[in-house]
Amino acid sequence: MHPDLLEQNGHGHSDQGHGHSHDGPAPEHAPAAAVTQGVRRPLRIGVGGPVGSGKTALVAALCRALADDVALAVVTNDIYTTEDAQFLRRAGVLAEERITAVRTGCCPHTAIRDDITANLDAVEDLEARFAPLDLVLVESGGDNLTATFSSGLVDHQVFVLDVAGGDKVPRKGGPGVTGADLLVINKIDLADLVGADLSVMASDAAAVRGERPVVMSSLRDAPSAPDVAAWVLERLAEWRRGG
Amino acid sequence: MRAALLLLADGRLPSGSHAHSAGLEQAVTDGRVRTVADVELFARGALETAGFTAAALSAATCAMAGAGTVPMDAVPWERLCAEASARQPSAAARAAAEAQGRALLRTGRRVWPAAGLEQLAACTLRPPLPVALGAVAAAAGLQPADAALTVLQGSAAGLASAAVRLLGLDPIEVAAALARLTDTVDRLADEAAAFADADPARLALLPATTGPLLDVLAEQHDDREMTLFAS
Repeated sequence: MHPDLLEQNGHGHSDQGHGHSHDGPAPEHAPAAAVTQGVRRPLRIGVGGPVGSGKTALVAALCRALADDVALAVVTNDIYTTEDAQFLRRAGVLAEERITAVRTGCCPHTAIRDDITANLDAVEDLEARFAPLDLVLVESGGDNLTATFSSGLVDHQVFVLDVAGGDKVPRKGGPGVTGADLLVINKIDLADLVGADLSVMASDAAAVRGERPVVMSSLRDAPSAPDVAAWVLERLAEWRRGG
Repeated sequence: MRAALLLLADGRLPSGSHAHSAGLEQAVTDGRVRTVADVELFARGALETAGFTAAALSAATCAMAGAGTVPMDAVPWERLCAEASARQPSAAARAAAEAQGRALLRTGRRVWPAAGLEQLAACTLRPPLPVALGAVAAAAGLQPADAALTVLQGSAAGLASAAVRLLGLDPIEVAAALARLTDTVDRLADEAAAFADADPARLALLPATTGPLLDVLAEQHDDREMTLFAS
């Protein structure tokens, strides 16, 4: 689908270059390497955030928005194994076999940060099975504000908050809010109903995030999440250029 | 090598094990395990049966891969994997062992690069956990007795950790239960380490003690929706 992804590309995205000097029997030798045996792997983007903030709905929206142009697959880390995967399958936005559920043993943050092996296995299985993919989305289980993805698992991460969680959340910061490559403040259509001040959320987020982007989102008003989809496409374009 | 042993045995080493309860989640769901005393008994049973068998396989693997009991290019990786699988009647338990073996091999190849691990990976990327652990222990410069000890202590600690998360037990009480199990772990590790000099041509004679309930629990877990752990 995108032949440029298959071209030899010497610009490894990852700084963990172990894989480049060995001819191991399989890509698992260097899971974080962007280029293995001359093949550029798909871009990996993590989607994290607290329970109920709309991660799965956002992933579904991205699938809907991108599926025609981007070969993608999804790994979910819901606490009840298949709950998110079933939501995505029911939504019919992606072929069922392109969605894999990883069980996290009551510790969703461990599975995306401290011990990423099960997620790497799931991602690599999808990449091998549906090659060539352009993009793999890894959705974390709902967690707290300190949960972030390891750079050994994903290339970029999106953190999803919702206005119903309270407009003070961006001010509280935490690694998810401050460090994510994109912060999505979701469900803004509910702001009036829950008494959330969007301008406060936006300015607080900007204060702790500096130049890093923030998107205000309502999947009810804009079901294909156009701003987030555009950001993902920009990252994909960078990735194809070797960035 | 003491620090290497602690590193390999540390539950924080990325090895995928944190998401496996080895049947404990199913036992909790069934109401078989409710208290710290239950957890201790469950762990004791697992150690004496499947744990001991896995430890003996790990010790034998570690000896062949690291101690030079056979030439490095003659380690019977495929046979070792087959022997491990033959000792797990439950397909779900085999799948769980292979998932954890895959994760540990992935980590081991990057943490302790070694020819033995590349040979194992060339044979299979999904070795059963006891084989993967024996191979990684050898790559880390550890001895067969260390591999056996790591398998057994890892089994007990993994069950304990799952119990704390599933039942909300007092983690200090659970640690005390683990402390009471250390004599058992030490004894079984010594017994398992005796199989380090197993004849590579007669691997079928390695211990084959299994816990039937563990296999039943693995199958029941696999059949159930809404599980938190992978096994």
